[in-house]
Amino acid sequence: MTMTEIAPAPPGTGRHSESAPAALEARDVACWFGTNNVLANVSLVMRPREVTALIGPSGCGKSTFLRTLNRMHELVPGASLAGEILLDGTDIYRGSLPTTEIRRRVGMVFQKPNPFPAMTVAENVLAGLRLSGIRTARDERRTIIERCLRRAGLWEEVKDRLGDPGRALSGGQQQRLCIARALAVEPQVLLMDEPCSALDPTSTRRVEETILELQETVTVVIVTHNMQQAQRISRNCAFFLAGANQPGRIVETGDTEKLFNDPDDPRTLDYVRGRFG
Amino acid sequence: MPPVETAPAATPTLSLVAGAGTRAVRIRRFEARDAVLLVGSSISSLALTWLLYERLTPLSGTFGFWVSWYATFLAMVGVTNVVEYDAVRARDRIATVVLWSVGLGVITPLLLVVGYTIARGIGALRIQFFLEDQRYVGALSRADEGGGRHAIIGTLQQVGLAALISVPLGLLTAVYLSEVRGRLARPLRMVTDAMSAIPSIVAGLFIYALWILTLGNSPSGFAGALALSVLFLPTVTRTSEVVLGLVPGGLREASLALGGTEWRTTTGVVLPTARTGLATAVILGIARVIGETAPLILTIGGAFVVNANPFSGKQDALPYFVYRLVRFPQPAQIQRAWTGALVLLVVVLALFVIARVIGGGGPDHISRFRRARLRRKGLA
Repeated sequence: MTMTEIAPAPPGTGRHSESAPAALEARDVACWFGTNNVLANVSLVMRPREVTALIGPSGCGKSTFLRTLNRMHELVPGASLAGEILLDGTDIYRGSLPTTEIRRRVGMVFQKPNPFPAMTVAENVLAGLRLSGIRTARDERRTIIERCLRRAGLWEEVKDRLGDPGRALSGGQQQRLCIARALAVEPQVLLMDEPCSALDPTSTRRVEETILELQETVTVVIVTHNMQQAQRISRNCAFFLAGANQPGRIVETGDTEKLFNDPDDPRTLDYVRGRFG
Repeated sequence: MPPVETAPAATPTLSLVAGAGTRAVRIRRFEARDAVLLVGSSISSLALTWLLYERLTPLSGTFGFWVSWYATFLAMVGVTNVVEYDAVRARDRIATVVLWSVGLGVITPLLLVVGYTIARGIGALRIQFFLEDQRYVGALSRADEGGGRHAIIGTLQQVGLAALISVPLGLLTAVYLSEVRGRLARPLRMVTDAMSAIPSIVAGLFIYALWILTLGNSPSGFAGALALSVLFLPTVTRTSEVVLGLVPGGLREASLALGGTEWRTTTGVVLPTARTGLATAVILGIARVIGETAPLILTIGGAFVVNANPFSGKQDALPYFVYRLVRFPQPAQIQRAWTGALVLLVVVLALFVIARVIGGGGPDHISRFRRARLRRKGLA
């Protein structure tokens, strides 16, 4: 297994030196909730500057896997994990990095848009900085707000509404606000758990455009149930499947193009053609 | 019931286009004929019950009479509506009537208590009740002489101190129970529940035995505040815990996923989101203690003159003022007690309004102060 070379970040572009997109690698990961084994033998390389899509039927462990990638898995009482997750070669579970630092470097966007209700649009964007105790000057704040909202494709729509409550925006706008919020702490990886499942087609397209623009600066891993979406935005794909009372496993992984048109495993073909799941 | 535009019977389609000529249609309507049915039912059931009680059966008794009347009234409402409309409408009307009467039944005692207090107390309420104490009041003074300034000051200081002690403690405990969920959460919750069941006189006895007898302090406003805290604390804790539990878990996850620590997640996301509910928790705590007399009897000592220092010397409090004066034989003293009760109601109302203003609207609400601060920070 060779790690992709990471170009060093140009000076002055980021808050921390590692703000270039990072490679993420899972090695033989298994997960449990209590004694219930939900995921086994998952090995996957998520390359920088590419979008990796995780597909598969409900309950096959895609979301669980995604949540192991930034240590959100362990927030569930009774959850446990085996295997290694390497962020640019460093094991995030056994390394010396503090959990908060890992989560700052591996951001997450959730299925349901969840802007903080007690904060305005602008405050929501800055929430990550505030929550991790990073102080910012007034001018710096304005720059961050505009840059992150632009990257999330939301600036033009909300530039006059920065003082409105975050929840005053429409659902699609809220989700892009959440993306902007995740981007403000300059993560190297962005995990997205079905980010469009609560959105209408127009908003979905805007979010997809955002993702495609983001992949240059941040590694994107996205869980999706939408086959077309996986084809539209991802370069690599991993197909998860769980048998009855069996933990979820990766059936097939590789180039999205190949996975959808000429998969090696017949189960993959059945799934992407919509014959089950 | 104001007259309501009803839908013309000959409009079969529902138009969703609101134009200049479109009139809003009240869907659930209460027409004149419904009012007639209700009034008619109540009168006829009254007549029927009278007939039953006075002429046909040997039944007697006021309570039974009104219970029978109510039952007959419901039956009449049902029957008349079946005749006029149909069975579904009749059931709907009966349910409506029952709900309205239950609502009235709940609110009537409250209105009676408040109304009676106002009626009895307003007579001797002068502005000097807020400005003077009982310094120059003798046994034969008129009811509107002197005032309750000493008691108002005492109550505000005692409840304020109790809030200063209980609100931070209660909030921290609620955070522990709801956010930290540590190992001690279960026993702690049990202790809090047990505490909220303590009779208020026991709270007073406890502080009297501990603070005054054992530790050798004199009765003071602070001792009273301690006794009130015993009652205040569990109320704030349990209500805050419930309110914090209502904050969606997704917000905590979002905050942690941004790299926030548990503590910053609590202070930066959970508490601000629950702000309105927490204000309610404080209000409930204040409401629990502000009218308490029993914990104060043994702890504050009582006074007739202003003592603005709660840490030294005896103090008075409005409930204690009322309790003491209402047992005097002189009508003037009893009158003063009622005035004190009325002022207590006013103080409670004022505190509630203040807490509501501070608590503000929902979490989405951005107050003028906050907007100004945001503008200074360059965020709006």
